[in-house]
Amino acid sequence: MIRIHQTSWKAVGLVLGLFLFVLSFIFSIALGVTPISFGTVVESFVHYDEASNEHVIIQTTRLPRAFIATAVGANLAVAGALMQALTRNPLASPSILGIHAGAIFFVVLGITFLSVTSLAHLTWFAFLGAGIAAVAVYYIGSIGRTGLTPIKIVLAGAAISALFGSFTQGMLVVNEAGLQDVLFWMAGSVSGRTTDMLLPVLPYMLCAGISAFALAHPLNILTSGEDVAKGLGQRTVFVKLAIAVTVVCLAGSSVAVAGSIGFIGLVVPHLARFLIGVDYRWIIPYSAVLGATLLLLADIVSRFPIQPEEIPIGVMTACIGTPFFIYMARKGLRNE
Amino acid sequence: MNKLIAFRSKNGTISFLAEKRTLVVLLVLALLTIAFCVISIGMGSKYIDPVETLKTMLGQGTAQHVLVLETLRLPRVIVAVLVGAALGISGGIMQGIIRNPLASPDIMGITGGAALAAVAFITYLSGTISMKWLPVAAFTGAGCISILIYGLAWKKGVTSIRLVLIGIGIAAAVGSLTTLMIVFSPINAASQAYIWMTGSIYATTWSHVYALLPWVIVFIPLALIFSRTANIQELGDDIAKGLGSAVQRHRFVLLLISVALAGSAVAVAGTIGFIGLIAPHIARKLVGPAFGSFLPVAALTGSLILLISDTAARTAFLPLDIPAGVFTAGIGAPFFIYLLYRNRNS
Repeated sequence: MIRIHQTSWKAVGLVLGLFLFVLSFIFSIALGVTPISFGTVVESFVHYDEASNEHVIIQTTRLPRAFIATAVGANLAVAGALMQALTRNPLASPSILGIHAGAIFFVVLGITFLSVTSLAHLTWFAFLGAGIAAVAVYYIGSIGRTGLTPIKIVLAGAAISALFGSFTQGMLVVNEAGLQDVLFWMAGSVSGRTTDMLLPVLPYMLCAGISAFALAHPLNILTSGEDVAKGLGQRTVFVKLAIAVTVVCLAGSSVAVAGSIGFIGLVVPHLARFLIGVDYRWIIPYSAVLGATLLLLADIVSRFPIQPEEIPIGVMTACIGTPFFIYMARKGLRNE
Repeated sequence: MNKLIAFRSKNGTISFLAEKRTLVVLLVLALLTIAFCVISIGMGSKYIDPVETLKTMLGQGTAQHVLVLETLRLPRVIVAVLVGAALGISGGIMQGIIRNPLASPDIMGITGGAALAAVAFITYLSGTISMKWLPVAAFTGAGCISILIYGLAWKKGVTSIRLVLIGIGIAAAVGSLTTLMIVFSPINAASQAYIWMTGSIYATTWSHVYALLPWVIVFIPLALIFSRTANIQELGDDIAKGLGSAVQRHRFVLLLISVALAGSAVAVAGTIGFIGLIAPHIARKLVGPAFGSFLPVAALTGSLILLISDTAARTAFLPLDIPAGVFTAGIGAPFFIYLLYRNRNS
């Protein structure tokens, strides 16, 4: 059994995870269509030389890309962990439960019909869409006497995804200009973006991240059952609402920057739980680090198979995530 | 109200009870569908009133009307009716097998499989092979994906929950592969594929009707024959087994019928969503949950919804022709949520 029990070892594991993350961050800067030596990477930070092609590539393309992959990966993984705890459903994640589809619908609406161009405004569209989808799925999934069963909420998520998906398609069919750009963004990608696109979203990401860490302890109590939590004096409605708002911020801001990158929010929390058990005070930081690392690695791999083009990273994560999802579904769910 | 009429053949091999209510509902729906067909044929950039339309149908029209009605609009209306019926029955069967009101071919990834195959066909083969093979490609895709889903859900038999969860997982994966293909295809192929995917019966010709007709003629009666095994499946695996039903085999046959209908519909019309989801619900509301009576009603309801959606889609924003799939989603989704709310405790 590789599950770690002692606190000190958990901390060591986290440091190890951070080390892995830094390693993949560096590789993400160095590897690509133009391979760049590590010496040049360091040099571009110390003495930036505008005449050098490689320095320009690092500073304008690779570095923003690595930062975005880090932020989005960490965000989605933490959002997935929170959702799995809140819905008590191992298959919950922002993409499966329709939150991505909602955010995308509103962003495309903003771009095509209201001609919104500034990313700061589009982020708010993404939040709005993510919020509406989250409320709808939670509500549809929990109506009826049996309450919020895993199967019902997954189906509700699929239905809401299908709904927003077909509306988005409809808008794009009517408005063909820019179809290709919007499509590439929708498929989920961290490339071709500058740091300017990350900056307006970063404050929301940070706030939501901090709030996720703050919610870890109440979440531990909530997962022991709603009645128990109430008995221990927790205001469960308030905690649930806070979790929901955090999830919407995390997922909405990632969609605004990188489009729909699925399955990270599904796989990573399971990985974290497998490593360190059920304590959310550890699951959340582990998820953040592992999510960032996984997305960086997926991004590196996506650059190679069909050079000089790239596979949208959302397709890469789907390739990793689908087998895992099927494995989880075959293993069976509790309280089916 | 619930008077029953018994039908029995002489040697007793075929016998069934029909509720009067069901027959009345079927009759009303059939009349409505025919009426809407006539109105819908007349509507468009050149309006032709229903009386003229009927005259033309009976062979009394002007040459121009014959061209507009019989060559351009009639195949489209017939395809709408057939596709709607196929999707309605396919969804009805699937909800019965899965025992969940939210199941339908589009959510389970089956239409997604068809879309993937069709987009691959449009992107890689459209120059070299005639477009009339597109339905075959789409149907093959739907079939392969269904076999994959069924195989992955197999673990000493197939349970409905595993089936639906794996279906959703596969749908997500297939969706991302489809997007990948569209992203890398040249722009004209991309928009062609995209319009097809949204579900449109734009520019249908008689060849589409002939491509779809055999599937519908074979599989809809087959669905009605097997509907009583579906009734038993709804009771749950244990009871069905106890009643002596070959649960796994019947489930497979029903699934096959459902996939064949969904696949052929998608092949001709693209991924038209939500009809497979709503039509069975409306049918159950109208005539109750017994499959023998609600499947035909679901078929007619599906036809009617698609007919209205397509008419609205092609006339509301003239000269723009919006894909019917957008309209079915627009009508379907709010209605669906309302239905869920109404039935929240049943």
